Amino acid sequence: MSPIQQDTKETGKMNPQISGPDASTEIESTMGTLPSKVSEPVSEEMQLVRAAKKGDVGAFEDLVRRYDRNVFRIAQHITQNREDAEDVVQDAFLKAYSNLPQFQEQSKFYTWLVRIAVNEALMKLRRRRPERMVSLDEEVKTEEDSMPREVADWSPNPEQLYSQSELGDILRKTIQGLPAGFRTVFVLRDVEGLSTEETAEALDLSIPAVKSRLLRARLQLRERLNRYFRKRQGGDGNQ
Amino acid sequence: MTCSEFLKELTDYLDDALDERMRADLEDHLAWCHNCYVVCDTTKKTIEIYRDQQLYELPEDLRGRLRSAIMQKCAEKKKAGQHDA
Repeated sequence: MSPIQQDTKETGKMNPQISGPDASTEIESTMGTLPSKVSEPVSEEMQLVRAAKKGDVGAFEDLVRRYDRNVFRIAQHITQNREDAEDVVQDAFLKAYSNLPQFQEQSKFYTWLVRIAVNEALMKLRRRRPERMVSLDEEVKTEEDSMPREVADWSPNPEQLYSQSELGDILRKTIQGLPAGFRTVFVLRDVEGLSTEETAEALDLSIPAVKSRLLRARLQLRERLNRYFRKRQGGDGNQ
Repeated sequence: MTCSEFLKELTDYLDDALDERMRADLEDHLAWCHNCYVVCDTTKKTIEIYRDQQLYELPEDLRGRLRSAIMQKCAEKKKAGQHDA
């Protein structure tokens, strides 16, 4: 089963495009004929892609250098495992290299690469922790589910309250507790800075589905961080 | 506007993706509803802190090893004729 079959009710469609080893081939083949882009300036990224397509391995290495840190961060956030993240980096770039001839340049190379990497990471996660994959089909509930239970200022700022390593531990522990589907949207959108549209494209979700997950991810993270960061009367803010 | 209605629009508000009228309605709500103001502020801080901390940096030595492994396999694929440029 595809690791993102959980999305089918939310999107109203299956995801055959990113479930198999030839994912990128199918992704591009569903997009139809490439429209003429003669008048548009070619980005540096696309110049590298075109050179790599022609067999310039050095150009592909430049693409690896450009995006390996991002792919590693995304993979580590999704898998929560260092070895899996390393495997995902290698597998995603190799899959991208193998499928470059089928990349028809209708999206950014990076968005296409992220799509491959996310799918690799979700497959790793499913193999390792199948019980953690939860249903993400529910609508956003506004009263019971999303309304914060406790409202308190964060003061002083968390950066002042904790050392860098303590803060890192808190943030890692907190985001690990989110369902993978929420975590993935949050990481792509808020950590890596993809647009809502790019995130939707990378995950094969609708824009409303991305927004719905993003809202829930943000609110759940806020709620969980609140346990550490809320202002305490006469206290030091620690649990 | 109720607090629930505010919450539904929070993501678009933080992403500056609302039209002018809706934005004005939300800001009017924020001006008198302290709870929603705090939720909005701390949600914004949540995003900023994750964005700023960059939790999983790729160490340079590991980065070099991964890149070498990737490029070696790419070269092998090219040599084997699997990469049909």
